[in-house]
Amino acid sequence: MSADISEKLQPGAEKKEYWRWEESCWVDESKNWRTAKAITVGIDVGSVSSQCVVVADGELYAYNSMRTGSNSPDSATNAFKGVQEKTGLTLNDVHFVVGTGYGRVNVPFSHKAITEIACHARGANYMAGNKVRTILDMGGQDCKAIHCDEKGKVTNFLMNDKCAAGTGRGMEVISDLMQIPIAELGARSFDVDVEPEAVSSVCVVFAKSEALGLLRAGYTKNKVIAAYSQAMAERVVSLLQRIGVEEGFFITGGIAKNSGVVKRIEKLLGIKAMETAIDSQIAGALGAALFAHTLMQKQGAAKPVLS
Amino acid sequence: MIANYGYKDGSGEYYISIDTDNCIACPVGRACLTACPKAMFENMTDDYDDQVVWIKPEFRRSLAYGCADCKPSGGYTSLPCTSACTPGAIKHSW
Repeated sequence: MSADISEKLQPGAEKKEYWRWEESCWVDESKNWRTAKAITVGIDVGSVSSQCVVVADGELYAYNSMRTGSNSPDSATNAFKGVQEKTGLTLNDVHFVVGTGYGRVNVPFSHKAITEIACHARGANYMAGNKVRTILDMGGQDCKAIHCDEKGKVTNFLMNDKCAAGTGRGMEVISDLMQIPIAELGARSFDVDVEPEAVSSVCVVFAKSEALGLLRAGYTKNKVIAAYSQAMAERVVSLLQRIGVEEGFFITGGIAKNSGVVKRIEKLLGIKAMETAIDSQIAGALGAALFAHTLMQKQGAAKPVLS
Repeated sequence: MIANYGYKDGSGEYYISIDTDNCIACPVGRACLTACPKAMFENMTDDYDDQVVWIKPEFRRSLAYGCADCKPSGGYTSLPCTSACTPGAIKHSW
């Protein structure tokens, strides 16, 4: 039963947004940006989430990850404001800003726009080390397979942004349909007696109707989630296999937090994804901030940021 | 860098891959730009400041249709873009 249907059955009942993932803001309290020589910022305005990452002297200092709003410039500004409120850092204190993601050209205070493909590779290289060679970015509304070298430079990439199959948005739709908080989907997908077959379609629209059909046929919610997670894993693995998978496999994007999909991808590939203590969702913005750091060093002098 | 432009949908996989390392010192003067009847190829500066060729964004989600006229059913025995690119940087997946 979808949330829309339950609203009709129980008018006035509080409508929960099960798909709503947790926004986060983090600051490394052991560092002080005021003593740093170079402060650079990466802004990733994606189709579903926006992140701001602050790098101080080439090291991760703070980040803010939040839902993308109705327009890219406001989303970029709000992402930065989250960090600003926690640290006191203003745009005038920042030496270089790089924008990335779907809305990268609309970041009002960025000095340069770099594609999310290059930024994710650079961010993954920082997050999991120079052994990373294959990156799977499962974004909000697209999916990318990337190969990179030991410096995090892209050597091969493939992107599928034509349909939302195998993306975070697809998982949000299933979360809302099942009325289960999105953070619980991974664990629930393993709470089944027998692993079901994957749903036949991963097209978000068709998968939604197929999932409803499975519920009517007697599937438990957990079993439906397992079937959808398996379909999603198969979908992205087929994408990955097109460019090949090398040792040093790393997953970025929100879906990297969903163990139900990650473990199924690992099983299909026969390879374990590298782990990191850093939030997988900030990889793009982190890469952008690291690019900004390099660009600042190349230009030799601090550049004032537009306010 | 191998750049794959295109998509996979219910009807198949449609990717054009470009080995951009070959574009940097292209010995045939970017012949692909004029060889494509629909002018799908375009010069651009990539993220690492190299001058390379890419597929224009407006064509990337409809390659199956955009390239259909150059396939055997359209009367061609070889693709104009891959024929023009003698270093072999351009490949079609279908």
